[in-house]
Amino acid sequence: MMGTGNIERFFIEIGDFSYFTKRFFKEVFTRPFEFKELLKQCYNIGNKSLLLVSVTAFIIGLVITLQTRPTLQEFGAEAWMPSMVSISIIREIGPVIIALTFAGRIASGIGAELGSMRVTEQIDAMEVSGTNPFKYLVVTRVVATTLMLPILVIIGDAIALYGSFIVENLKGDVSLTLYFTKAINALSYTDIIPATIKTFFFGFAIGMVGCYKGFNCEKGTVGVGLAANSAVVFASMLLFILDFIAVFITDIFFEI
Amino acid sequence: MISQTPYSQLKRDIASKKHPILKIENLKKAFGDNVVLDGFNLELFEGENLVIMGKSGSGKSVMIKCLIGLTEPDSGYVEIMGKDLLSLNQTELNELRTEVGFLFQGSALYDSMTVRENLEFPLRRHKQKFGVVNDTTPLVEEALNNVGLLSAINLMPAELSGGMKRRIALARTLILKPKIILYDEPTSGLDPITSKEIIELMRNIQRQYNTSSLIITHDVDCARVVAERIILLIDGINYAEGSFNELSNSKDEKIRAFFKN
Ligand SMILES: Nc1ncnc2c1ncn2[C@@H]1O[C@H](COP(=O)(O)OP(=O)(O)OP(=O)(O)O)[C@@H](O)[C@H]1O
Ligand SMILES: [Mg+2]
Repeated sequence: MMGTGNIERFFIEIGDFSYFTKRFFKEVFTRPFEFKELLKQCYNIGNKSLLLVSVTAFIIGLVITLQTRPTLQEFGAEAWMPSMVSISIIREIGPVIIALTFAGRIASGIGAELGSMRVTEQIDAMEVSGTNPFKYLVVTRVVATTLMLPILVIIGDAIALYGSFIVENLKGDVSLTLYFTKAINALSYTDIIPATIKTFFFGFAIGMVGCYKGFNCEKGTVGVGLAANSAVVFASMLLFILDFIAVFITDIFFEI
Repeated sequence: MISQTPYSQLKRDIASKKHPILKIENLKKAFGDNVVLDGFNLELFEGENLVIMGKSGSGKSVMIKCLIGLTEPDSGYVEIMGKDLLSLNQTELNELRTEVGFLFQGSALYDSMTVRENLEFPLRRHKQKFGVVNDTTPLVEEALNNVGLLSAINLMPAELSGGMKRRIALARTLILKPKIILYDEPTSGLDPITSKEIIELMRNIQRQYNTSSLIITHDVDCARVVAERIILLIDGINYAEGSFNELSNSKDEKIRAFFKN
């Protein structure tokens, strides 16, 4: 049942999350900077998700091509295949699918990690020993996800296109150079730039939600599971909202 | 070992020779409707071991966290080494924290770091106390030697037993050479033999560095061995205080309940 209690809690959560985000912007620009920890987090986060993102992207490339090919063939338009696939992957499917995969892996990971640090008082221990845990744990992770997701999306896009090329090559006998020339020629800056910009926001949102859920984890081991789980749900929801906003803005600026 | 002088005289003796290094006055804290502390007072004198006893959930951890700025009390006054804790800014608070060690109830070791990194962590931000330390190894080794676990220096916390974790946590607390150590249930969750070892360590540390210790426990053996004075935290106030003998022979049922085994 969706009582007023639930609605109220929802808005309280939004308020808390905004406050948490505000704190991030306050702390990210002030000394001391935790560069070493930031590098470590970038490496961890990239390393943890690279394989998953690659496999997902490859399969997406295969599937889109396999499913679209018959339709294009009916109209004798197979030659359009590379352009069509590259536009849809670069503009929308790549960023969204890869961000969702990333959210599933990283938001839950961060939620569980910080959650268990909260529950076992490791965060309090940091505070007592003079290190600001918000800077050390939250700022580094959020900056790391913001920087790493765009890189992963670029890698994932390339792999998805390669997957699509393999299908085309087997069915239609097109060469790698021809395929990628066609695929890249189909793209304009209005496809690439907005799509890349939005991945920074996606990465930021995923890191932010994971950290928010973990950092404010309820005591008890149930709390840790809940933090990990709700981090993924909340992050995925936020991704779709951000994507909608991004598409809306792109539409206003580039299509008129 | 336990003096036969009456408690009131004992306290007067201590108070006349030493000044309180830590003072709590009328501390109050509630979580919603749940009133946890309702006007708690205590004084910790230099070099003494003061034990706080109280039932589970009586607010011992909340009280001790108010002393280190982890929990903000609703009202009351906390003074540590002559400074009004609640009026300090973040920098001053961090500076004071180098003088006050805190042993967490569950050890709270960073489980993504090795023992060495765990011990080095407090040194990152508190280098001013030792001057600039380029090589922290001697400090880490000294602290580990104090707890007899130098051999564990490269292990991860997951590879340690509960008793070893507690000792490493103690070493991490000691590495900044604090003047006051706050122990939150140092023996909870440990078997009697390991508990004894930890208690022995605590006494050695106190003798070696002349620290003042505030020890929270509901382990009667621990209280018997380490306590010079005991304060009972019941219903959010300092319900009773006295020496171990006096309290364990008290006529009040609520007090006696703590000492029955
Ligand atoms: N952050 C918090 N939010 C809400 N309630 C809290 C919080 N921390 C503690 N409490 C409540 O305060 C009361 C005292 O808790 P505390 O942890 O101080 O007990 P304790 O005396 O240390 O018990 P134990 O011996 O089990 O450690 C409990 O009722 C607990 O539910
Ligand atoms: Mg406690």
